[in-house]
Amino acid sequence: MPGLSGRMSTVIKAKISKLLDRAEDPSETLEYSYQKQIELLQNVKKGIADVVTSKKRLQLQEQKLQDQVLKLDTQARQALAAGNEELARTALERKNVAQTELQSLDSQISQLEQQQEQMTASEQKMKAKIEQFRSRKEVIKAQYSAAEAQVRISEAATGVGEEMADVGLAMQRALDKTENMKARADAVQELEAAGTFEDLTQLGTGEDDIDRQLRQLSSSSEVDSELAKMKAELGTGSGPAGELGAGGADGSPNQSQAS
Amino acid sequence: MIVRIATEGQYELTESDGEAFNRLDNHAVGACEADNEEQFHAAFNELLDFVRANGQPVPDERLEPSDVILPPPDVSFEEAKAEFTGEGLIPG
Repeated sequence: MPGLSGRMSTVIKAKISKLLDRAEDPSETLEYSYQKQIELLQNVKKGIADVVTSKKRLQLQEQKLQDQVLKLDTQARQALAAGNEELARTALERKNVAQTELQSLDSQISQLEQQQEQMTASEQKMKAKIEQFRSRKEVIKAQYSAAEAQVRISEAATGVGEEMADVGLAMQRALDKTENMKARADAVQELEAAGTFEDLTQLGTGEDDIDRQLRQLSSSSEVDSELAKMKAELGTGSGPAGELGAGGADGSPNQSQAS
Repeated sequence: MIVRIATEGQYELTESDGEAFNRLDNHAVGACEADNEEQFHAAFNELLDFVRANGQPVPDERLEPSDVILPPPDVSFEEAKAEFTGEGLIPG
């Protein structure tokens, strides 16, 4: 059949018959095929474990980003209370970026969850097919003459072979997607590592590469409105110049003024 | 006729569904050949919906090869085109 559906069938059948040709006697074909099925099932299990690991990693990152959002918000308030609007703005810009990343992490985590479910379903289906193949294998060995067995084996092996090819394809696609996410997760992690202010005083003075990138990335209008809101909450000029974040206390000029 | 939607599962269609199936299949192929991505996704989704709606899911314990196999539902346009010209989705 020349259609879209025909091409894949032809390719799969060609691959399966190549596989069958390798074995010389029928029982060898059966055992070889069965062996391959068990191997594939193990691979599916590994694949599921891989997806789960990626998911956990993203969930961990999500937690860190959530903490970071809180921290940056607090830092912005503290900076504003201390009268350093520029620093407050930088903190809010970073918070903005972290929130955007959080959203995308969230959708990635749910995608991985879907993949996990799909692969678990594949595993169950594969198990059922293997069990079916195993019992048919015993029947064929016991009941059929060599010539007839060859035909039956070929049928069973093609059926299970197609299932194997399909599970293999599903797994490959799921893992490809997971790989893409991993690459992205690494990028987020770098951003996250650079994102929190270990020393607030350093940020007041100069602007590094990350700062410039963040400035481009974040929407300044959102930051402006948040800043205005924060100012209103604090009340103009009424707030005492509080301590800046824990990591920034050492040698901070703002802090010495405050006390 | 047993149709497999790759990565999803097998469905059994009656012989009388064959004609409509072929027509929809040809639409998808036509869109690929015309290099029309939007039309391809529309035609391919129509084909998938047809199989899901009219086909009877094949139980897990049945062990039979499919008559035809459709690419996975998440197939990209590039992959679909490669089905006709390149190596296809199943790697060597």
